[in-house]
Amino acid sequence: MKPSPRLAVLLTALAVTAACAPQTSSNSSSDKDDKSGTLRVWLFQEVGNKPKEKAVDSVVAAFEKEHEGAKVHVEYIPVETRAQRVKAAFNDPKSAPDVMEFGNTDTAGYVKDGGLLDVTKEFGAWSESKDTDPTAKTSVTVGGKVYGSPYYVGVRALYYRTDVFKELGLQPPKTMDELASTARKIHTARSDLYGIVVGGAYTYGAMPFVWANGGELATGKGDSYASAIDSAAAQKGIKAYTSLFGDDNCPAAKCAGMGGNDTITAFAAGKAGMAIGGDFSHTAVEAGKVKGKYAVVPLPGVKSGSIAPAFAGGNNIGVLKSTSHRTLAVDLMEQLTSKKTQGEMFKAMGFLPTFADVRSQVAAEHPYVKPFAQTLAAGTKFVPASPGWSQIDSQLVLPTMLQEIISGKKSVSAAAGEAATKMDDAFGSAG
Amino acid sequence: MVLGGLLLYPIYQLGLISFFHYTQAQVSGGEPATFEGFGNYSELFSDGEFWRVLLATVLFAAACVASTLAVGCALAVLLTRVRALPRLALMLAALGAWATPAVTGSTVWLFLFDPDFGPVNRIVGLGDHSWTYGRISAFFLVLLEVVWCSFPFVMVTVYAGIRAVPAEVLEAAALDGASQWRIWRSVLAPMLRPILTVVTIQSVIWDFKVFTQIYVMTNGGGIAGQNLVLNVYAYQQAFASSQYSLGSAIGIVMLLILLAVTLVYLRLLRRQGEEL
Repeated sequence: MKPSPRLAVLLTALAVTAACAPQTSSNSSSDKDDKSGTLRVWLFQEVGNKPKEKAVDSVVAAFEKEHEGAKVHVEYIPVETRAQRVKAAFNDPKSAPDVMEFGNTDTAGYVKDGGLLDVTKEFGAWSESKDTDPTAKTSVTVGGKVYGSPYYVGVRALYYRTDVFKELGLQPPKTMDELASTARKIHTARSDLYGIVVGGAYTYGAMPFVWANGGELATGKGDSYASAIDSAAAQKGIKAYTSLFGDDNCPAAKCAGMGGNDTITAFAAGKAGMAIGGDFSHTAVEAGKVKGKYAVVPLPGVKSGSIAPAFAGGNNIGVLKSTSHRTLAVDLMEQLTSKKTQGEMFKAMGFLPTFADVRSQVAAEHPYVKPFAQTLAAGTKFVPASPGWSQIDSQLVLPTMLQEIISGKKSVSAAAGEAATKMDDAFGSAG
Repeated sequence: MVLGGLLLYPIYQLGLISFFHYTQAQVSGGEPATFEGFGNYSELFSDGEFWRVLLATVLFAAACVASTLAVGCALAVLLTRVRALPRLALMLAALGAWATPAVTGSTVWLFLFDPDFGPVNRIVGLGDHSWTYGRISAFFLVLLEVVWCSFPFVMVTVYAGIRAVPAEVLEAAALDGASQWRIWRSVLAPMLRPILTVVTIQSVIWDFKVFTQIYVMTNGGGIAGQNLVLNVYAYQQAFASSQYSLGSAIGIVMLLILLAVTLVYLRLLRRQGEEL
């Protein structure tokens, strides 16, 4: 039987469709290693960027002096649109920078996208790298290989109002249970204040509760992560965090939708007795109504005297695979993240150094750093180094879980179970 | 020919990508693109969340279209009844709303209903009631904004249509003692049917694809994603995490739904004996 013309057309169409795949860019690593020419660098544009530019300019000047014929062009890219810029850079190697700054939770995703250069050898040979924090090193490591150098870290601790605590005769909480009871006492005595302001979309404020109770986001490493958010220990932590939402502390109707920045805004405006904020929130709180009326202590753990493990946020600097100045670019990366530069970056921007020795040095000079340095010293945690994490993050898996519990739509175990399934899907599809 | 190419090529690409496993890693050449057949679609259709979001989108869009048309037509009739000065004022106000960028409009509406600082709660005396916490009330808030920024198009178009209706017809109806409602239903609406068809289809397409308002006003889909609509869902599930192929599949599904709605609507009209 002869196929009808119509079927033939359909088959041809199918064949054509199957034959021509959508475009992909040929982002292979460049073999060139020029020792002169222009290096392009992308750094993040921070709020109040001038001091950062100054610190970077001095590094660049020293670098150009050291390497004759090499020029460095630094561009500051807005943080909000960085994802698009970086994607574009991976897609079109010609317009890509040689060296760039990136958020440490993005590392695994960028490696998977094929954008970052493996610098394991150079990083290991670098004399300063042995003092790098273990967690900071984890944040540049994917599958046992190093893809950059840590630039600074950020951790969160407990901000509290000294005037309110004095007025009510309270002491900073020593355990997580005390934290909850202190929060309720504050709200009962001062109904105009949240006891502790918490947010349903504030993942990194909630995670310490999970970690302190012995829970984990996920277990495994490399390509095979499995979610552990529904383990008994993790559920206990989730319960501890979500129980802070309610009319006796932070009403669900207002707090369920809050993110990290909203809680800091509320604290800075004098609307809360306590808040979980980062070292990077220091400037915002100082600029608020509560200036001079607050102090910071590490977030307490489950046992008295312990510190809840914090999430080690922060940024890294890496070299792009497409660079044609490999040696120069790696050298510049090291200089931008050296002990000396990190010390200067702290003075300029307040970014915490990733080297333990540099950090204790600045903590001695600036007392406000102490609780954050203590938190870092007590041990911090990092998100799974899997490309699946960026998917989990953008699909709001954890905020959705928290909000389902807070709004009473689901029980802790049901919501955690569902979140675990979604996380496993993401690890599976992206891994 | 050029126009056809410009219109069809993106749709062709969208369709093509939706049959592949295509993420950022494939775009930037980290991994090869693999053909998946209907894999993305079956993944989509087996996701309960997708159906829930689809239902919410359809209901929300229907409510938006109905409200927009009602408000727009009522004000268009009103425009023909008032003097020049108030008419000008109403026109300018409507055009102002129309010209306001969606992000700005959404932010302002959100501020008006803010539990702590918003004037609406203060005037109505609701204390610190949060409008965005409940599912229905959050959708209602967004609906107000959508209607506010899209009724001017309906109003202006319908107003132009009414102006084109011969004055004698309206006068005759008025002399026969017909009420305003009666005139609209029996005289204006049938005569304006082609125009109403166009604005309805336009509104359906706009409101089905609403993104900015939901994204801004409910902070990316509301508490635990209760206010997600299809476009925001596609963005969150697919584009924000660079799963372009899954996003394309959602795009194709939306395209087919809108096409179907439009065709059915046109068909219904034709069956009623109206040639467009």
